[in-house]
Amino acid sequence: MTARRSTAWIVPTLLLAGCAALLIGSLRSSLFAQQTISGLANGGIYASLAVALVLIYRATEVINFAQGAIATFTTYVAWQLIDWGLAYWPAFICTLAFAFAFGFALELVAIRPVERRGSQLTVVIASIGLLILVEGAVGYIWGNDIRFMPAPFPAHIYRIGGVAFSRQDIATIAISIASVGVLWLLFRFTKLGLAMRAAAVRPEAARLVGIRVSWMLSLGWGLAAVLGAVAGMMAAASPSVLLQPSMMDGILIYAFAAAVLGGLESALGAVIGALAIGVTLNLLGSYVSWITPQLLLPAAFVLMLVVLLVKPSGLFGRTTARRV
Amino acid sequence: MALLALRDVDARYGQVQALRGVTLTVESGEIVAILGANGAGKTTTLRAISGTVRRTGTIELDGRSLARCGPERAARLGIAHVPEGRGTFSELSVWENLRLGAHTRRGSTKGDFARVLEYFPWLESRRSQQAGTLSGGEQQMLALARAIMQRPRLLLLDEPSLGLAPLVVSEIFRIVRELNEREGTAVLVVEQNARTSLATASRAYVLEVGAVAYEGASADLRERDTIRRSYLGY
Repeated sequence: MTARRSTAWIVPTLLLAGCAALLIGSLRSSLFAQQTISGLANGGIYASLAVALVLIYRATEVINFAQGAIATFTTYVAWQLIDWGLAYWPAFICTLAFAFAFGFALELVAIRPVERRGSQLTVVIASIGLLILVEGAVGYIWGNDIRFMPAPFPAHIYRIGGVAFSRQDIATIAISIASVGVLWLLFRFTKLGLAMRAAAVRPEAARLVGIRVSWMLSLGWGLAAVLGAVAGMMAAASPSVLLQPSMMDGILIYAFAAAVLGGLESALGAVIGALAIGVTLNLLGSYVSWITPQLLLPAAFVLMLVVLLVKPSGLFGRTTARRV
Repeated sequence: MALLALRDVDARYGQVQALRGVTLTVESGEIVAILGANGAGKTTTLRAISGTVRRTGTIELDGRSLARCGPERAARLGIAHVPEGRGTFSELSVWENLRLGAHTRRGSTKGDFARVLEYFPWLESRRSQQAGTLSGGEQQMLALARAIMQRPRLLLLDEPSLGLAPLVVSEIFRIVRELNEREGTAVLVVEQNARTSLATASRAYVLEVGAVAYEGASADLRERDTIRRSYLGY
C-alpha cells in the first residue's frame, strides 16, 4: 500500500515531462513540430488497433493475433467499395458495418467452439490460424500487388506560425481519437457497455443477472474489428504503408507494444502508449542519423521487452483493491 | 402448485456425483432453508436450480421446466441467485453493480433504485465507490440489493452469513424477512448457521451426502434430537 502510494506520481510526472518537452521542442523548431504531429498521426493508427487488442484481452485474457489481418481485410473491402464507384465516406461507413459483422462472425465461427472446449492457449492458436487464413484470403481475393487507397481528405497543408501540418495527419489523429472516444462512451454510459464490462470481469456472476456472456464476447470482437478497420483505412492512405496484404503486420507490432506499455487492461493506457510510441519512433527516425526505418520495428520490440521485464503491469495496469 | 419443484435431481462435477435424487419444493411467498454439513450438496442444489451445473431430473418454476435453461434464462424467468462469494463485480462501482441487477428489464429503473434504497439507505452515499472495496458485510448487502433489482419471484441465497459478524448476519436475515413480507418474494437459503436460518424459514431440508435426509417445518426440526445435536449444537 505504502509502496504503491510512493510511486503513484511517477507515471503522471513522466507523461507531463514528455508533453512539456514536445511542446518546447515544437515551439523552438518547426521541423520538430511537424515530426511530432506526424508521429502523433502514426500513434493514432496504433492506438485504434491497440485498443482493439485491449478490448479482446480484457474479455478473454487472450491476445488476438488476427487483429491486424482482420483490419487488412476490411481495408480491402473499403478499397473495393471505392473501386466500384462509392464515394469515400459512404464506403467508410459501409466498411465499419461490414467490419462489425465480420468480427462478430469470426468469433462465432472460429473462436467460440474452440473456447468452449479448450484453454486460453487454444484460443491464441486459433487466432494465429485466423491470421494466416484471413491474410491468405486477402491475397487470394485481391492479389498481392500494392494498391492505392484514396485519402479521406484532399492533400492540403495548413500553416500555423511557419509550421506546416498536413491535413492527412490531423485527420488521422482526429478520426482515431474520435473512434476510441465513441467506444469509451459506449462502455461508460450505456447499458450494453456496462453488460460487456460485467461479462469481461466476472462472467459467472454476469450470467446470473441474465447477461448473455457469449454474445458479449462476439460483440467485443465486432467492435474490435471496427476499430481495426479505422486503423487500416487510416494506415492505407499513408504513403509509408499503402494497401497490401502485409500492411498491418508492422502496425500490429507497434500496437502490441503500445498495449503492453499501457498495461494490456487499460484502453486509456493503450492510447497513451500508442501516441508515445508513434512520436518517439518518428522523432528517433528523423533526428538520430543511425536509426534507419529498419531499426524502428526492433526498437518497438525492445521497448516491449523492457516494459515486460521492469513493469509487467505497464504504466496503467490496474491494481484492483479487493476485500474478501 | 408449488412455485419451485425439484424431483429426483442428480448433479455431478466430472466423476463426482454431488446430488442424488434431491426432491424439494418452495411455495410462492415462502422462506425455505437448506441445511447440511460441508459438501452435502447445498450449494450444488442452488446451482442446479439456476442452471450453473449440469443436472438431470425435473426442475420446474411455476410448472415450467427449467431443464434446458442456463443461468441467463433462469435470471430472465425470475430467479435471482446470490452465489457463493456474493458475485460482486469488484471492479465496478456500487451503482453499476445495482444497475446490472436490472439488466434483463427494459425501461426506467428509477423506481427500483428507490425501492432498494428503502432497504439499504447507506448505498446512496456509496454509489460511486468501487464495489470491491466494500467490507464483507456491505458486499453481502450489495449482493442482496442487486438481487432485489432483479425483481425476482424466487431468491436463492448461498450462505449469506459466511464470514460475517453476528450483528451483520442478523441484519441481513432481518432484511430477507422484510423483503419476503413486503414483496412476497420466495426465498431458498442455504446455510451452515442453522439457528438463524431455522428462525427465519418456515420449512427446512437437511441434506446429507447429496440427498435429502430430513425435511419438515422449522419448529419441528428444531425439536428433533439428531438435528439439534448435529446442526444446532445443544
